[in-house]
Amino acid sequence: MRVEQISVFLENKAGRLAEVTRILSEAGVNIRALSLADTSDFGILRLIVNDNEKAKEALKANGFTVGKTDVVAVEVEDRPGGLHKILDILRKAGINVEYMYAFVQQSGNNAVIIFRFDNLDEAVRVLTENGVTVINGSRVYSM
Amino acid sequence: MIYDMEYETLPREALEAIQLRRLQNTLQRVYATVPFYKKRFDEVGFKPADLRTLEDLRRVPFTTKQDLRDNYPYGLFAVPMENVVRIHASSGTTGKPTVVGYTARDIETWATLMARSLSAAGATRGDIIHNAYGYGLFTGGLGVHYGAEKLGASVIPISGGNTKRQIMIMKDFGATILTCTPSYALHLAEVAQEMGVDFKDLKFKSGLFGAEPWSEKMREEIEKKLHLDAVDIYGLSEVIGPGVAVECLEAKAGLHIFEDHFIAEIIDPATGEVLPPGSVGELVFTSITKEAFPVIRYRTRDITSLNPEPCVCGRTFVRMNRVSGRSDDMLIIRGVNVFPSQIESVLMEIQGVEPHYQLIVDREGNLDMLTVLVEVGESAFSDKVKTLQDLEKVITKNIKEYLGISAKVKLVEPKTIARSEGKAVRVIDNRKL
Ligand SMILES: [Zn+2]
Repeated sequence: MRVEQISVFLENKAGRLAEVTRILSEAGVNIRALSLADTSDFGILRLIVNDNEKAKEALKANGFTVGKTDVVAVEVEDRPGGLHKILDILRKAGINVEYMYAFVQQSGNNAVIIFRFDNLDEAVRVLTENGVTVINGSRVYSM
Repeated sequence: MIYDMEYETLPREALEAIQLRRLQNTLQRVYATVPFYKKRFDEVGFKPADLRTLEDLRRVPFTTKQDLRDNYPYGLFAVPMENVVRIHASSGTTGKPTVVGYTARDIETWATLMARSLSAAGATRGDIIHNAYGYGLFTGGLGVHYGAEKLGASVIPISGGNTKRQIMIMKDFGATILTCTPSYALHLAEVAQEMGVDFKDLKFKSGLFGAEPWSEKMREEIEKKLHLDAVDIYGLSEVIGPGVAVECLEAKAGLHIFEDHFIAEIIDPATGEVLPPGSVGELVFTSITKEAFPVIRYRTRDITSLNPEPCVCGRTFVRMNRVSGRSDDMLIIRGVNVFPSQIESVLMEIQGVEPHYQLIVDREGNLDMLTVLVEVGESAFSDKVKTLQDLEKVITKNIKEYLGISAKVKLVEPKTIARSEGKAVRVIDNRKL
């Protein structure tokens, strides 16, 4: 039920993000989802790709600091209140969302949102018990 | 084990009385026999007879490495060459080496200091000492050698090089004490492993490592890989060679300076002012028993601090902390002396942070600004912004706490810090002073 995400440390200067996408494209890696969190000094790029090992290897070879984290991909009904419903379930269960971002592709008629939790197992349990669809990794990488 | 029970445990008052008498004699002697010192003393109007207390030493001018070079080779010798029985020299990184001489009594003094040092590291008459310091102009090899013989131990004068043969010999000869540089100790561990020799099967109990700066982290590594107690020894040929100060096996916390032969001071490298006990600054030595090559207030350029607290081992000599840097590297930022090595220690103490850093000093208006760039490696990295921001805050806070200055900490990508000939450029000073 978990999806592997890679994250990359970026200095806040021109061209760093483009450098990452160039390296990945040259390595033949497809980016499925991407989010950049930045401060005035640095940024953290989070990526879901079709081949984590290959991506990590290519980025490290180019001197980037790369991390790996497990996240959860959740189907969200593509209509008003869809996301709110899910956040409400998590809030009631006292589960903290570290960050989230949207997936490019849809899953059928539903949107896909990536969630980062501190307590991943507990979050997955609460979501599935409440009838929310959690998409497993292998499906996400090839979506 | 204390080799010289009488001197090494002297009550402070008695020690200072001896120091004063010996210092007076030394100053009288160099004033009479070394033209350089006479000229220097005269320039500031100091007469050796003016020295009535140890405090008065502050009135005496410093001697620097440059002074030694200017008087190459024998200009600072205080005895005729007929009385010199040994000459050593330290390799200068640029130009001429610095040359030092010893009378027969100096050699005897030095041997005693090294016997004390070996003894502090746990060596006894029954030990076999594998001495892998280089023999030659460098003082390391012969310094340990004479000390080992004085102690009555068996010394193997293996010197440096041919590491595989060294490992075979230490194994076959059953050496129990190792003496070499700390980096060579780690090299020995590596080669032994390649050869399939486990230090666990050797007989070493302790080692005396020096002649280059090292860290607590290196001590842990050496002790783990070589299965022995690693003890730090300090010395420089200008002062006598190895055996100026040594750690005791009991505490392994700072090196006892042999104060019955050398007077140590800590000064502000910028102003030359003597700093109160415990302050970090440049270490200065005055030899008070040497005959051939006495040094007066010799600036070592080594940065450390002195610890006058009593030690568990019973020695009453003050302890110097590990040398943490060189005064040549010192920066003055908003009036505070800052050594890059101090920033390095702050970083090393933070979990996950590697000591890859660079200091950038700018002047904005009339104010110095220090920026510390720290490379983010995998162990410090996180996918959460807050974790990295917290890391910046901890580094900033610790720098403020340990160094007393405010710095801006900026996390940077690995290998962004400029390297010249493989060595990182630690300081960029953009101030136009
Ligand atoms: Zn001690």
